[in-house]
Amino acid sequence: MKACVVVFPGSNCDHDCWHVMHDVMRLPVEYVWHKQNALPKVDLVILPGGFSYGDYLRTGAIARFSPIMQDVVRHANSGRAVIGICNGFQILLESGLLPGAMLRNDSLRFICKHIYLKAVNRSSIFTKNIAANQVLNIPIAHGEGNYFCDADTLKCLEQEDRIAFQYVSESGQVNMDANPNGSAANIAGILNEKKNVLGMMPHPERASEAILNSKDGRVIWESLAAALN
Amino acid sequence: MTNMLQETPITKEIIQAHGMTQEEYERVCQILGRTPNLTELGIYSVMWSEHCSYKNSKPVLKLFPTEGKNLLVKAGEENAGCVDIGDGLAIVFKIESHNHPSAVEPFQGAATGVGGIIRDIFTMGARPILSMNSLRFGSLDQSQTKHYLRGVVGGIAHYGNCIGIPTIGGEIYFDDYYEGNPLVNAFCLGLIRHDELTKGKASGVGNSVYYVGATTGRDGLGGASFASKELSEASHEDRPAVQVGDPFMEKLLLEACLELVKTDAIVGMQDMGAAGLTCSTCETAARGSVGVEIDLVKVPRRETGMVPYEIMLSESQERMLVIVKKGKEEIVEHLFEKWDLHAKKIGEVKDGQQMRVLDNGKVVADIPAKSLTDEAPLYQRDSSRPVYLDEAQKLDLQSIPEPKDHNEVLLKLLDSPSIASKRWIYEQYDHMVRTDTIFLPGHDAALARIKDTKKGIAISTDCNALYGYLDPYEGGKIAVAEAARNVAASGARPLAITNCLNFGNPMKPEIFWQFRESVKGMSEACRAFNTPVTGGNVSFYNESPKGAIYPTPTVGMVGVIDDVDKRVPSFFQKAGDLIYLLGETKEELGGTQYLLTVHGKRKGLTPRLDLNRETALVKLMIAMAEKRAVQSCHDISDGGFAVAIAECLFGKRHHPLGAEIKNLDWAKGLRSDSALFGESQSRAIVSIALNQKEDFESLARSFKVPFTQIGRVTEKELLIGDWIRLPSAKLETVYEQAIPRRMSK
Repeated sequence: MKACVVVFPGSNCDHDCWHVMHDVMRLPVEYVWHKQNALPKVDLVILPGGFSYGDYLRTGAIARFSPIMQDVVRHANSGRAVIGICNGFQILLESGLLPGAMLRNDSLRFICKHIYLKAVNRSSIFTKNIAANQVLNIPIAHGEGNYFCDADTLKCLEQEDRIAFQYVSESGQVNMDANPNGSAANIAGILNEKKNVLGMMPHPERASEAILNSKDGRVIWESLAAALN
Repeated sequence: MTNMLQETPITKEIIQAHGMTQEEYERVCQILGRTPNLTELGIYSVMWSEHCSYKNSKPVLKLFPTEGKNLLVKAGEENAGCVDIGDGLAIVFKIESHNHPSAVEPFQGAATGVGGIIRDIFTMGARPILSMNSLRFGSLDQSQTKHYLRGVVGGIAHYGNCIGIPTIGGEIYFDDYYEGNPLVNAFCLGLIRHDELTKGKASGVGNSVYYVGATTGRDGLGGASFASKELSEASHEDRPAVQVGDPFMEKLLLEACLELVKTDAIVGMQDMGAAGLTCSTCETAARGSVGVEIDLVKVPRRETGMVPYEIMLSESQERMLVIVKKGKEEIVEHLFEKWDLHAKKIGEVKDGQQMRVLDNGKVVADIPAKSLTDEAPLYQRDSSRPVYLDEAQKLDLQSIPEPKDHNEVLLKLLDSPSIASKRWIYEQYDHMVRTDTIFLPGHDAALARIKDTKKGIAISTDCNALYGYLDPYEGGKIAVAEAARNVAASGARPLAITNCLNFGNPMKPEIFWQFRESVKGMSEACRAFNTPVTGGNVSFYNESPKGAIYPTPTVGMVGVIDDVDKRVPSFFQKAGDLIYLLGETKEELGGTQYLLTVHGKRKGLTPRLDLNRETALVKLMIAMAEKRAVQSCHDISDGGFAVAIAECLFGKRHHPLGAEIKNLDWAKGLRSDSALFGESQSRAIVSIALNQKEDFESLARSFKVPFTQIGRVTEKELLIGDWIRLPSAKLETVYEQAIPRRMSK
């Protein structure tokens, strides 16, 4: 599997994603500057976290107009893999590759902490290796991660098995106490129809090495590596 | 201000309005050989302000040890100190205050404080890898304090999170003495390869002077002068002197500048912080002993009608001055174009030593650069021992009854916002971006790894200012010692310190005495640990209408651990491990959080610090880590033994461990409150696995540090002799809820 990390002005998890690919997973990876018109030949496109364009208008709203995004959309529409993490997820929403929108966290504060996740969909290229009832300990770090969509969309996401991750308690229960930001249905990550595009608020790249207090995020990279090799 | 003012004759009132004395003005006239115009007067007034010139503090700062074999850049030479850590790598770090702006506009004041210190680091070519902060507020039961706390934490989060530098720790105290005058001290540390070290120096006649980054506006006009006076009711009228931060702009500037230092196109780089274009221009010229000429007509602006006076004194954020090699201008312009940033040639390096400022070709200022920097006035201020000290240091223990219910006292201390969990604060900071944060906030020291090496950097910011109030000398010593102890507890070797010296008005002899005594105490401790001072910042005039703050000399201690796998956490690891107390406990209740919180007293002599004992403890801690002889190590500070033991239980949220302390021989002959809540120095709590007993004890013996096996780690309850018996879950709840519960009111 070969990956690239798209660098927008204001991306700040680009180095972290590159590091996890290159040093932890030992996979080929390169950076792509947002002003480029074409992606290199890669299997996986990573849209990293950060504050693209300062998030001054609306998170991800300007980044979607970056020249590279046209090719990212083409890449996605041709069925190849795209993962958007945190701000990358917000960009995927703005660009229409995923449905819904982000609201400010219900606490109205930025939140950075470890939370618990479970994979709802366990058959996608991103989640294949996750065991049933496996609870993942992965950090979040965002001010706008309160996922919102209308009732029809939510129903559709549920029916089509497109909810990738939900916030859960340590023991795996979906409840309000486990929801850090007010997201609809405790949603932490969703897939597109073809299930080749994943957007998620938690940062698996921050939880892929034991020294960083959790390596539960690694299973996502391993799923991808197994599926795309 | 209009153009008319340019022609304004300099009157006494104008001189006074610039915060200059008549003598200083006469000295300016002498240097220039003529009277200055208004722009020149403005330039002198900011450069000779305390904030830029250290005119009142320099003679005292000379007491600090500033030499060390690892120092690549020493205090005062550049924007920040630089220390070699081996493998061709070095760290650049500094702490700086943004107290006055934060008092007037907490969110932007704190945000731009973070932005400013980050610029100080990358202007030297280093990549900023982590931030910390040290904060002081009034009582959290005051609504004004909540407003300040929300604003300051929000501002730090806004800037740090957006720019993508993790805020991985810090310290905070709440005390009435900071009411109306909060302290916001921001620390940043960067990593650099030796060969990328960039100086803030101009050289090479004919080289180009470039202005890069954000445009210039009227924001922050005269901020350096503003920071050099006391806060008053009228301070809110100074709001234009507070700058507005744009972390996205700074992120672009940061990336562009770090790309720039990898080219061979530049000879120097200097950020525009306090006193903006003025300071960066004259400092680069003075450091390089060359002349610099700039033309303001070329400066990118965000407002119309700005006169030279305003352009020179503006403190608009996110701007830098870059000295570019002749013929390499295109490289620089291309690079900044990539990042959609301004890069405008505004002048040239010249023969001579003048800083010459033109406005569309017409000279508006012509000043010997060194007269603004090296030749600023210096004052030996009067000092006298404060009258309050005699009374404050008196403590009659007979008059203080020993507590009847020690459980209640412990819970009260854990509920004190100065001691309680700071989770409400640090969860608003992105403390994990860059994926180097090994110790999550809450440990004695912050610890970050350096990728591609085995090394880690440990940092602790510390200052118990109540000690400083009761005994500035001892308080200064303890601030350094506690920071060294915290760094060493993690297993790292203390290397050097930066400091932020927050005091009241230095024109008052009693304040100046506090300042000098604090510096003396810090200096002595720095010598003992062999940790030189690499720089920092002095913040005077921290007085509100209610009076001066506590003397608050904040220390930022930086250490290195050669193998991060040998790090030592602050929390107990598993039930069954043995618990030891290191050090000696004395009858020392003066200046404790116990006296303050439970008895409402700021009284007594602070605990005494014996530097020989402290250095022995620090060396032992480093050796314990190196030999993997312990499971955890936590220093004992605010709240004493009982609070420290409780804190050791909180390693995993919602899963606190317990402890059973049955051996109280070490407390024999002491009052129960001294034993539990006294703050005797040079102590720590260590836990070890059963099979480490021999190694650990022989190590402690070899470093001549007293040790006592006092109990063991258990699962659910804290038990200390007959004094304390409390469920761990209860302790955790109180500790965790103290700040959120007050903030939600």
